[in-house]
Amino acid sequence: MRLPALLLGPALLVNLAIFIAPMANLAALSFHEARPSGGVGPGPTLATWASIAEDEYYIELVTGSIGVALGVTVLTLLAGYPLALFIHRAAPRWRNLLMVACISPLLVSAVVRTYGWMVILGDTGLVAAVLRFLGMAKPPRMVFNLTGVVIALVEILMPTMILCLLAGFGRLNASLEEAAASLGAPRWRVFMRVVLPLSLPGVLLGCLLAFVLTVSSFITPKLLGGGRVILLATEIYDQAIVTLNWPVAAALSVLSLAVFGLALLLYGRLLRMVEA
Amino acid sequence: MIGRAAHRTLIAALFLFLLAPVVLVIPMSFSADAFLIWPPSGFSLRWYAAMWRETKLIDAARNSFLLACLVCAVTLVIAMPAALVLARGRFRGREALVALLTAPLLLPTIVLALALLILFVGYGLIGSWPGLLLAHLLVALPYGIRVLMTAVSTLPPAVEEAASSLGAPPWRVFRRITLPLMLPGVTATAATGRDVPLRGKPDRPAGRRGVSAAGAADAQHRHRAGARGGARADAG
Repeated sequence: MRLPALLLGPALLVNLAIFIAPMANLAALSFHEARPSGGVGPGPTLATWASIAEDEYYIELVTGSIGVALGVTVLTLLAGYPLALFIHRAAPRWRNLLMVACISPLLVSAVVRTYGWMVILGDTGLVAAVLRFLGMAKPPRMVFNLTGVVIALVEILMPTMILCLLAGFGRLNASLEEAAASLGAPRWRVFMRVVLPLSLPGVLLGCLLAFVLTVSSFITPKLLGGGRVILLATEIYDQAIVTLNWPVAAALSVLSLAVFGLALLLYGRLLRMVEA
Repeated sequence: MIGRAAHRTLIAALFLFLLAPVVLVIPMSFSADAFLIWPPSGFSLRWYAAMWRETKLIDAARNSFLLACLVCAVTLVIAMPAALVLARGRFRGREALVALLTAPLLLPTIVLALALLILFVGYGLIGSWPGLLLAHLLVALPYGIRVLMTAVSTLPPAVEEAASSLGAPPWRVFRRITLPLMLPGVTATAATGRDVPLRGKPDRPAGRRGVSAAGAADAQHRHRAGARGGARADAG
């Protein structure tokens, strides 16, 4: 027993130093109050939590962030599902190539991909040029607002969604579909009754990851939102770095962890329902 | 068949959507314009030339590479023994330990980064190499442990048992049998361990001095944004 403890020791020590201690410290900080002069007052007090609970801005921030994350999750699923199914059904020699094409954006950081979307969606960008060419005098604004952020987030999360869906399709058996079709079911009914139910665990996992990653997304709303799209993660950053109100930033962090916890609970529930 | 054609078009459109931003960044890097315009008025290598003059960018790239190597090495040294115990050991609380050690992967990076920032300020670790190393270990270590555990659990224990029954002491069994068999996993860990810092986000607080690759991208973005206003932006 002494050897395992020795082997695990360094990892646990590092975990304690850079994960447990900072997180405990952060949670404790939310029970302090920011002084008007800057700095953190003595605790413990519920003043910071009370100010957040009373402020409509923060309530809207949390519900708005959850709403955006749900929207992005649904759109990512809708965009990812047909692609994943297409890859799953492709001939083996094409499948690997298509897989690599789908996963390759994962190897490029979100910063670069967000930058790419600025080129595409910007006022002088690709989409605006096409729309002008088609005769639209004033193309709609697609950057520095929620539209651009949602478009980019959907694209950025698609590879993750596709990976989860493909893992879920592993349970899909071509002979089941053939059986349903040979018994006279039209294609859409085969999809609704056989394909979709069997792929639900993959769908749930993909949705959980897309939701969680959207709630914690930071670079994309910051760059493509141009300071006008405020979500939980960007507000935490602004409170911590710009306003220097650490107790509020800490409380918002705890709130976002609570949102994560709820998402995980819901995922567990739904998964048990689907697999039953 | 119309349905089939529509399906094909949908798939092609979705692929285009998925790959467009990554593909478009390449021609844009050859743009001759001072700001983002599509189509560019011409193509040139001016931004590549500008990159070499941008010493901050070069420094950032070098720092990223050094940090990546450092994080990779430390991750391997710490994660390998832990992964061995966690994948092989049968003791109470093993599941809980795995969950604890890989939990940072699940949580929002901005929250982890803020927690580290607040603690690091107290110890004067902001903007220092030890701070950077620790901050990146937070993400690299869980990845390392996960990948190495998978590598260990696919090893046949019989080979190790054979070696020790022939009288090899434990460390020799590890060096001659376990380590060579683990090498594919170790390589994978090394790749991800290097990968994480290279793709690190600017929200990692200790990296806010433009040391990470993301910092470099950010600096370049600001550089162009500055050029848009007609003035040359100072990347710092």
